[in-house]
Amino acid sequence: MVREVKTEIITSEVARLCVEACYYLGDDVLAALKKARANEPSPVGQAVLDQILQNAEIASRGELPLCQDTGLTVVFLELGQEVHIVGGSLYEAIQEGVRKGYREGYLRKSVVEKPFSARINTGDNTPAVIHTEIVPGDRLKITVAPKGGGSENMSYLRMFSPAAGRQGIIDWVVECVDKSGANPCPPIIVGVGIGGTIEQTTLIAKKALLRPVGQPHPDPEVAEMEAEILERVNKLGIGPQGLGGRTTALAVHVETFPCHIASMPAAVNIQCHSARHKEVVI
Amino acid sequence: MAAIEITTPLTDEVIEQLHAGDNVLITGTIYVGRDAAHKRLVAALDAGEELPFDPRGQIIYYMGPSPARPGRPIGSAGPTTSYRMDPYAPRLLEVGLKGMIGKGNRSQPVREAMQKYKAVYFAAIGGAAALIANSIKEAEVIAYPDLGAEALRRLRVEDFPAVVVNDIYGNDAYEMGKAQYREVDG
Repeated sequence: MVREVKTEIITSEVARLCVEACYYLGDDVLAALKKARANEPSPVGQAVLDQILQNAEIASRGELPLCQDTGLTVVFLELGQEVHIVGGSLYEAIQEGVRKGYREGYLRKSVVEKPFSARINTGDNTPAVIHTEIVPGDRLKITVAPKGGGSENMSYLRMFSPAAGRQGIIDWVVECVDKSGANPCPPIIVGVGIGGTIEQTTLIAKKALLRPVGQPHPDPEVAEMEAEILERVNKLGIGPQGLGGRTTALAVHVETFPCHIASMPAAVNIQCHSARHKEVVI
Repeated sequence: MAAIEITTPLTDEVIEQLHAGDNVLITGTIYVGRDAAHKRLVAALDAGEELPFDPRGQIIYYMGPSPARPGRPIGSAGPTTSYRMDPYAPRLLEVGLKGMIGKGNRSQPVREAMQKYKAVYFAAIGGAAALIANSIKEAEVIAYPDLGAEALRRLRVEDFPAVVVNDIYGNDAYEMGKAQYREVDG
């Protein structure tokens, strides 16, 4: 049966999610940061983690967002095929929600148009980047994930030859984290996509960041790879904010997709410790 | 480790006593500019025009705040990644800028310019933006208001927490910290 969902609800929910994502750090991230604090041997690293936790506490009072960079808004939709959107354009409803959320939540507008020329701020943080997946059912799931520029800039894509194998990918991911150093605001979460095509591998690398921090991939082979990369990354010495220590990453999340017989694409998308995403099912 | 309290403007005597890895608390006036403001500052210098502020002895903080709520001087105010200002920084150091606050590594030309002109690069904690906002007491836009979050600002800070990353002796706190905890070759 077809179920109607009104665009005005979508707008108000997107606005709410933008604000909540930017002020309230997820319990999974907080737990991972506290665990890291307990295990971090570097005194400077400990002090940095203490301040990150203190910052989350201040932000949760709802006056100051976690980070001044409240990101480019990335929105993931899982749209049930039985849903009928009424009241206007779905995407425009989402953009309106972003406008409202960023205005009312005192969030920074960080989007410019004409990327290689005038770079004029659009003034309302739109357009959001929207990824839509059509799924069975009559529900609409909306995930809002504001992504900061500093960590997004530390992204990498490589079209491997299949001969590079598992080890080739692991070595490369570790190298990507190493050369990113302090730039993406460690401790980080490393999103890795393996397989698919150029756009699919980068998309799954980003989606990997939405998984609860530290939750292993359900496939034991992938989970083992995640653990191996995490161990190696945390031996790099970069540490919290790059000032030295063993907590360079809180987690490594890998997602895979089948690929062409000639290919083995891989992508790395790094998430800073301000790992913000909130979701709702309508 | 106890923090070293410093006040702006910075003198050579103060710069000389700062070493990579030192914690500092900065009090006084600092200036705020990031990508777009730097582009304009350097364009002004190239055109032989006067800058909107006298850079001699001053600190520039690489930052673009979130909007201030009523009753607050500023919104959240953490550092942005510094390497994007590397193409512009030596030019400002040349005309007397003494300090930069940001996060992440600087290029070799910037590090050399810091040694040459006696300037220091500090890191603030990226993503601790709400915490940092508490040390900012006043803020005003002094130029380029059309840039919004990227406008040039003047702040009055009290006990603004930062770490010395690059000192005038060629040391780098990121390299030092990493070397201490690194368990891999190369």
